[in-house]
Amino acid sequence: MNKTFDSKKFISQNFIWVVLLILIVVMSIAQPSFFSVTNLLTLLSGEAVKGIMAFGVMFAILSRGIDLTIGSSAGLIACITAALVQPSDYANAVLPGVGPLPAPVVFLIGLALGAAIGAIYGAIIAYTKIPAFIATLGGQLICRAAAKIFTNRPVSNLSNSFRYPGSGKIGSFPVIILVFAIMFILAAFLLTQTRFGKNVYAIGGNDQAARVAGINVEKNLILVYTWCSVCAAVAGMLLAGRAGSADPANSGLNYELDAIAAATVGGTSHTGGICRASGVLAGILILGVINNGLVMLKVDDNMTNIVKGLIIIGSVVLDMRKNAKRA
Amino acid sequence: MSQEYILEMTGITKEFPGVRALKGVELRVRPGTVHTLMGENGAGKSTLMKCLIGIHAPTSGKIVFEGKEVHFRNTLEALDAGISMIHQELSPVPERSVAENLWLGRVPLKAGIMVDHRKMQEDSLALFRKLGLDVDPSAKMGDLSVAKMQMVEIAKAVSYDSRIVIMDEPTSALTETEVEHLFRIIAELKEKKVAVIYISHKMDEIFRISDDITVYRDGEFIMTDRAENLDVDRLITLMVGREVTEMFPKVECPIGETVLKVEHLASGRAVKDVSFELHRGEILGFAGLVGAGRTETVETLFGIRTKTGGKVYKDGAEIDIRSPEQAIAHKIGLLTEDRRGNGIVGLLSVRDNTVLAHLKHYGFPLSHRRMRADTEEYVKKLNTKTPSTETPIKNLSGGNQQKVLVGRWLLTDPDILIVDEPTRGIDVGAKSEIHALITRLAGEGKAIILISSEMPEVMGMSDRIVVMHEGIVTGIVDRKDFSSELILKYATSEEAYHAGEAR
Repeated sequence: MNKTFDSKKFISQNFIWVVLLILIVVMSIAQPSFFSVTNLLTLLSGEAVKGIMAFGVMFAILSRGIDLTIGSSAGLIACITAALVQPSDYANAVLPGVGPLPAPVVFLIGLALGAAIGAIYGAIIAYTKIPAFIATLGGQLICRAAAKIFTNRPVSNLSNSFRYPGSGKIGSFPVIILVFAIMFILAAFLLTQTRFGKNVYAIGGNDQAARVAGINVEKNLILVYTWCSVCAAVAGMLLAGRAGSADPANSGLNYELDAIAAATVGGTSHTGGICRASGVLAGILILGVINNGLVMLKVDDNMTNIVKGLIIIGSVVLDMRKNAKRA
Repeated sequence: MSQEYILEMTGITKEFPGVRALKGVELRVRPGTVHTLMGENGAGKSTLMKCLIGIHAPTSGKIVFEGKEVHFRNTLEALDAGISMIHQELSPVPERSVAENLWLGRVPLKAGIMVDHRKMQEDSLALFRKLGLDVDPSAKMGDLSVAKMQMVEIAKAVSYDSRIVIMDEPTSALTETEVEHLFRIIAELKEKKVAVIYISHKMDEIFRISDDITVYRDGEFIMTDRAENLDVDRLITLMVGREVTEMFPKVECPIGETVLKVEHLASGRAVKDVSFELHRGEILGFAGLVGAGRTETVETLFGIRTKTGGKVYKDGAEIDIRSPEQAIAHKIGLLTEDRRGNGIVGLLSVRDNTVLAHLKHYGFPLSHRRMRADTEEYVKKLNTKTPSTETPIKNLSGGNQQKVLVGRWLLTDPDILIVDEPTRGIDVGAKSEIHALITRLAGEGKAIILISSEMPEVMGMSDRIVVMHEGIVTGIVDRKDFSSELILKYATSEEAYHAGEAR
């Protein structure tokens, strides 16, 4: 154990936080109002939904898989749960006469739905051994279509208690940031403090070795995608709550790509076996700062996306070089 | 050809980090002859051939081919010069056609850019007709049987019109008819004054087709002679050639009751009929040549492979193990042969690798303190050299990685520990430590299965040796009867001798 503080090692291990810090400093100088409490809270609230998805999908990437379903499953679950909390006398209700159910019950329904969806395609991936990319691409199409079959119009007029986690405030502090923080802690806990987390690291690093060491690879893969999808459910319900409505065609559309980008920028290796929750958090914040900062600086949308694209590619190049050196 | 030899290799030395695989060996091949290389696993035959065709660069030595000194930098240069090789492991592109596999890397072109499919097809047919092969050139390679694929590889090697064709165990996957076929092809090659360098373990074949035989042992050249001056017994003595000395810390310890009884175990084509008993405190060696099915046997016992027949009893009760998870629950551990492939998780730390098979015992949330304490205990016990328990295991040397894996299994406190080639590719120091450890474990009453291709190791360590040949147990030998000759005889024999049949 090293007792002396190795600053070089510290910086290399937390390189991504250094990048984030530099970005924040640069943005604050370019646009002083960037570094205000109001704006930072706005930034965090804005990134929470995709961030929570990133905390899910990082497990899939860590296991050397991917999950492309999460954006549309979040949309599907947003629509279904939203339909359960519309007023009973609302003329445009999707499920007339059903709602509004108590919010805690609806949250549990949403989580259960998420878990079920994830378990299904997790089982398909684990047992048929088809690439996760394909299984979840199919899942993406199916979930989006299911949402559109469920309702062909946006689901609105939702109960306040359902909307609370997504849009409520404690004083001036948005509740959604609290949920974001809880999901971060939960993900980090799963990753480092449980057998499940250790198993996923081993499966991503060398699934053959994991199997020989007595790890039930199939069961753990199912759990990975279940967790992924539960995160998507949380994100979907927050999304509906925040917007006050759920749109079958657009809720969560393409969010999986942002989540994957954040996990990737955060140092999660697509060849499996490498992932740190804190890194992914930093990845989410980096992309958030760029989004938020460049909007404040009135930079053109397309330009912002070019910058984001370059950062995603650059971060992986850097990571691979770093890992190659260590090998 | 005026000179007597088409190929002369002299003083060939090849060093790998930590090992001298070849120690100044020689090989002289006459044109138009079949020259067989013999030796146990690890004697250096394949390495020598890889030095010849440019896969390995020899550390020192001289290669003279057709009167000129050559240094091939890759197989392409060797091919161009006229030396082709049929490898022991096939490397087909299974999704493409037979013809495309055949002309891989040298597809005929028309107008300089377009692939000439018709010529490819016609050339393939012509070649197959010449060799009398019944294979459709447009069939998908992956749809052929292994034997047919092997014949295509042989046809490919022949089609280069080489002066020397190297065949590394070409018959291992062939049926009898195809073997006959191959021998006809070899006879035709000889007529064309092509030299064939032939590597095989099958005695009957060797004496049927060889003109000259060269024997290697432990990376050293032993002798070259005409086949007619040799016989099976003499060859085996030359191949083994050493007294088995007590360099292994074998401690006689009391053999206890039966822990494992295996009856007629089978798994697909690799394991056909394996029966034996294992006792507490016993080290049961498994000997045999490459492809004998030893690794497959223990993989079946451990639930990595599907058992297709037979019964397994542990402590008198029948058990049915379908996954490593269940094997571990039955207190069986397996240190696999392929350390990188299914042993270590390279990216993870020494600690994570040590506790991997034992994670169920660290509670919820996991107790990192106990994980670290256990790891430190085994690092100390096994004398593993690592900067810290948090170092990624891939940064350790092979021997130290192996010790971590041994620690992983000891942590699960198994009744039966299976070790498959436990000392392959690790340095001498770590090797003797692992030997000492295995003996100590047996002394503590654990039952050990030791697979080793190194004759001195398996003979030095074991109480009894199970000898296998092509998925069948051909003999079980007691320690008092141990001799390399006997074991090699069983290892190359087709039928079971059942000497000292499981008691």
